[in-house]
Amino acid sequence: MTSAILVSILMTLVAASTPILLAALGELVVEKSGVLNLGVEGMMLCGAVAGFAVAFSTGSTGLGLVAAAIAGIATAMVFAVLTLSLTANQVATGLALTIFGVGASSLIGAGFVGKTITRLGPVFPESLSGHPWLRAVFGHDIVVYLSLALVFGVGFFLRRTRAGLILRAVGENDASAHAIGYPVIAIRYGAIAFGGALAGLGGAYFSLALTPMWADRLTAGRGWIALALVVFAAWKPGRLLLGAYLFGAVMTLELQAKAAGVTWLAPELLATAPYLATIAVLTMMSLGRKTGRLDAPACLGKPFSAS
Amino acid sequence: MTQPLERNGPPRLALAHVSKSFPGVKANEDISLSVRPGEIHALLGENGAGKSTLVKIIYGVQQADEGSIAWDGQQVSIPSPKAARRLGIGMVFQHFSLFDAMTVIENIALGLDEAVDRDELKRRVAAVLDSYSLPLDPEREVHTLSVGERQRIEIVRCLLQKPKLLIMDEPTSVLTPQEVERLFETLRQIAGQGCAILYISHKLHEIKALCDSATILRGGRVVATCDPKAETTQRMAELMIGAELRQIEHSAGAGAGAVRLSVAGLSLAGEPPFGTDLKQVGFEARAGEILGIAGVAGNGQAELLTALSGERLAERNDAILLDGKPIGQIGAGPRRALGLACVPEERNGHAAVPDFSLADNSVLTARHRLPLAPFGFISQSDVKRFSDAVIKRFDVRTTGTSALARSLSGGNLQKFIMGREIGQQPSVLVVSQPTWGVDAGAAAAIRQELVDLAAKGSAVVVISQDLDELLELADRLCVINEGRLSVPRPIASLSIKEIGLMMGGVHGTAPGSGAAAHA
Repeated sequence: MTSAILVSILMTLVAASTPILLAALGELVVEKSGVLNLGVEGMMLCGAVAGFAVAFSTGSTGLGLVAAAIAGIATAMVFAVLTLSLTANQVATGLALTIFGVGASSLIGAGFVGKTITRLGPVFPESLSGHPWLRAVFGHDIVVYLSLALVFGVGFFLRRTRAGLILRAVGENDASAHAIGYPVIAIRYGAIAFGGALAGLGGAYFSLALTPMWADRLTAGRGWIALALVVFAAWKPGRLLLGAYLFGAVMTLELQAKAAGVTWLAPELLATAPYLATIAVLTMMSLGRKTGRLDAPACLGKPFSAS
Repeated sequence: MTQPLERNGPPRLALAHVSKSFPGVKANEDISLSVRPGEIHALLGENGAGKSTLVKIIYGVQQADEGSIAWDGQQVSIPSPKAARRLGIGMVFQHFSLFDAMTVIENIALGLDEAVDRDELKRRVAAVLDSYSLPLDPEREVHTLSVGERQRIEIVRCLLQKPKLLIMDEPTSVLTPQEVERLFETLRQIAGQGCAILYISHKLHEIKALCDSATILRGGRVVATCDPKAETTQRMAELMIGAELRQIEHSAGAGAGAVRLSVAGLSLAGEPPFGTDLKQVGFEARAGEILGIAGVAGNGQAELLTALSGERLAERNDAILLDGKPIGQIGAGPRRALGLACVPEERNGHAAVPDFSLADNSVLTARHRLPLAPFGFISQSDVKRFSDAVIKRFDVRTTGTSALARSLSGGNLQKFIMGREIGQQPSVLVVSQPTWGVDAGAAAAIRQELVDLAAKGSAVVVISQDLDELLELADRLCVINEGRLSVPRPIASLSIKEIGLMMGGVHGTAPGSGAAAHA
C-alpha cells in the first residue's frame, strides 16, 4: 500500500517537473547561443492553447503536441526577427513576448474555456505497468520520455558534436565566430526556434496531460521558473534535470500537504513554496559565485550585427 | 635572410592597381605589391593608412573596387575568407578571434573549415607543435593562457591548413621581447619552408630584424617599396608619416622633486571572472618625473589603475598618499579634487561616455578641479571654452564640442581625453596606454605633453604595454607581473633583456607564467 502511495507521489512529481524541464532545456540552448529570451512563459501559453485547440478539434493529442511545437516556434520567430534581424533589445522584446502570449492564448482560448479532452495517456500498454514499481518506470506518457531523451541529446550535442561546439562559440564570442566565418545570426535563429518548440511542448503538457481542459493562464508562471532554472543549472543539462525535478518535488509536496489537510500553514503560503525555493536557490547560487568564474555564456543578451 | 627565395617562379601573391573606396574615403588607391614564396614582406603604415583594408581584400573579407589579384601567376577572385583559406591564405588577427571559456583544442577545431575527428585533430596539433617546438597545452582553457600563448593558438590554427601565404596583423603589439624573439624564430622557420609571409606592423626595428622587403603605405597609397635592412628606421618612419618625426625633448634635472604620490602595501582582489589580484604594490612618484610601469596585458594593470583612481578603495587609508595626505579610502571624485587624475585604457565607456558630447564629457572629470559647474549648475560657456581649448591644443579632429564621443576615432578621442586631464594641471597624472592606437604623429605630441606636464612639477605615472614608449618617456621603470610590482629603477640602469625577463615573470611563482618564461 505504501509503495503505491510513493509511486503515485513520484508520478505526480515527474508530471509536474516535465513542462519546466522542457521549457528550461529549450532556453538553455537559446542562452548557450548568446540570446536571452525572457518570453518563455508567452511561448508556453501559445503552445498550450494551440495544442489544446488542435487536440479538441481533431481528437488527437499527438497532433496537438505537434501543433504546440509549431506554435511555440512561430511565437519564438517573432522574437527572433525583432531581436536578431532588427536588433531590438532582447530583454524588452522577451517581456513583450510574454505579455503577447498571455493575451493571444486568452483570446484564442476564449471559446474553449471549460471544454475537456482525453488526457495524454501512457505510452506502454497497461500490462507492463501492473506492478506499482513497474508503473513508475513504464507508466509515463510520451512527453516524459521525450524530455529525458532530450536532456541527454542536448548534453551530447553541446559537448560532443561540432555543431554544438559552434553554437557555444557563437554564445561565447559572437564577433570572433563571425570573423572565422560562422553564420552567427542563422545559428541563433536555429537555437531560438528550438527553444520555441520546447517551450510550446512544455506549455501543451499543461493543457494535454496535467489538466486536460482549457483555462486562462494555465501555465501559472512556470515559464519564469524555467528561466531561473537555467541559471540554477549553470547552463548544464544534467544539473537542469536535477533542478527541474527538485522544483517538481517542492510543488508535489505542496499538493500533498494540501491533500493531507495541513492547516497550520496557510494554503496561500504553501502555494508560494516553489517560487520561494527559486528565490532561495538563486540567492545561494549568487552568494557562492563571488570568487568563482561565471558560467554564463559571455555574449548572453548582447545584440550582434555583422559589419 | 639566409633562406633561398624562389626567384624564378611567379610571385605567390601579386596585387595590381587595387583600389577600394568607402563612403567619403579612398581607403586604398592604385596599390600594387608582390610577395614571393619564402619571402617575409612587411606592410608598413600608420593607423588609417589602408593596411587593414588591403589585408581584408587579400583575405576575402572585402572586395576591391578595381584592380586584380594574381595567385601563383593565375588571376583569382577571393570572395570570402573561406575561399582565401582554400587558396592557402592563413591569417593571424591582431585581436585574436578566440573563445576564452573554451579549451585550446576546441578553439583550433572552430577555426577549421572541415570537421576533423577529435583524436585525429589532437594528433595533427601535436605534430605541428612538435615540428615548430611551440609550447602549448591543448587541454588548457584559453583564459588561463598568456597573450603569447594565445597567439600561438592562432598560428597553429593557420599552420594546420598548410598555408602558402601567412598574414600576420600587428603580431607583437602585446608580446614581451622574449616572446617576440620566439615568434620571429617561428616565422623564419615557416618562411624557410617556402611559405610567404605578409607582416603588418608599424614597429620599424622589428621590420628591420625580420623582413626581406617592405611596402610603405600612406593615405591609402604606396609611397615606397624598399629593403628594410638597407634603410634607416628614421627614413622609414618619415616615409610612413610623411613628415619629419619630432623627437621628445626631456628637460634636465627630472626626478629630483618631492614625493607627490606614495603607494605602500596596496593589495586588492581582482575582479572576477578573469581579474588579477594586486599583491603588496608599492612605489613613489616624485614631482618632475615620469614613472613607467611595464607589463604584459592582464597582469594587474587594470586593477592598479582602478585602485589609484579611487573606483575601488584600498583596505587602509594610508596605502595611498597624495602629497602626504592619505587618500586610500576616499572615492574618485574627492581624489580628483585633490589633484589625482587618471586616464584608463578603455576610452569609450570608461574614460568617456560614448553617447555624451565632448563638452559633457569634459564636465564629468574636469568639474572637480575647474569651476565648470558651480553649485551644481553647468556653466555652458565655461565648458565650451575649456573643451574648445582642449580640441585646439591637442589637434582633435572633430566637428566641435557637441560631437558625440563615440563619433571620434580612437586616436582622436584619446587626444581629447588626455587634453582634458592635462588641462586640469593635476598634481599626479596616472595614464594607462596613453598612445594605444594613436598614429605616430599624434603619439609624439601626447608624449611631449606628458613630458611637459612633468617638467611643470607634476608626477606622471605611465602604465603601458609598449616598451618602446616607456623607454622613450620614463625616468624610472618598474614592471608589473601577476599583480606584483618590481622596485622602480632608473631607466639608464636597465637593459631590454632584463625588462623582458621581468615582464615574462621569471621572478614570479605562479604556474601561469611558466610558458611565457619558457618562450
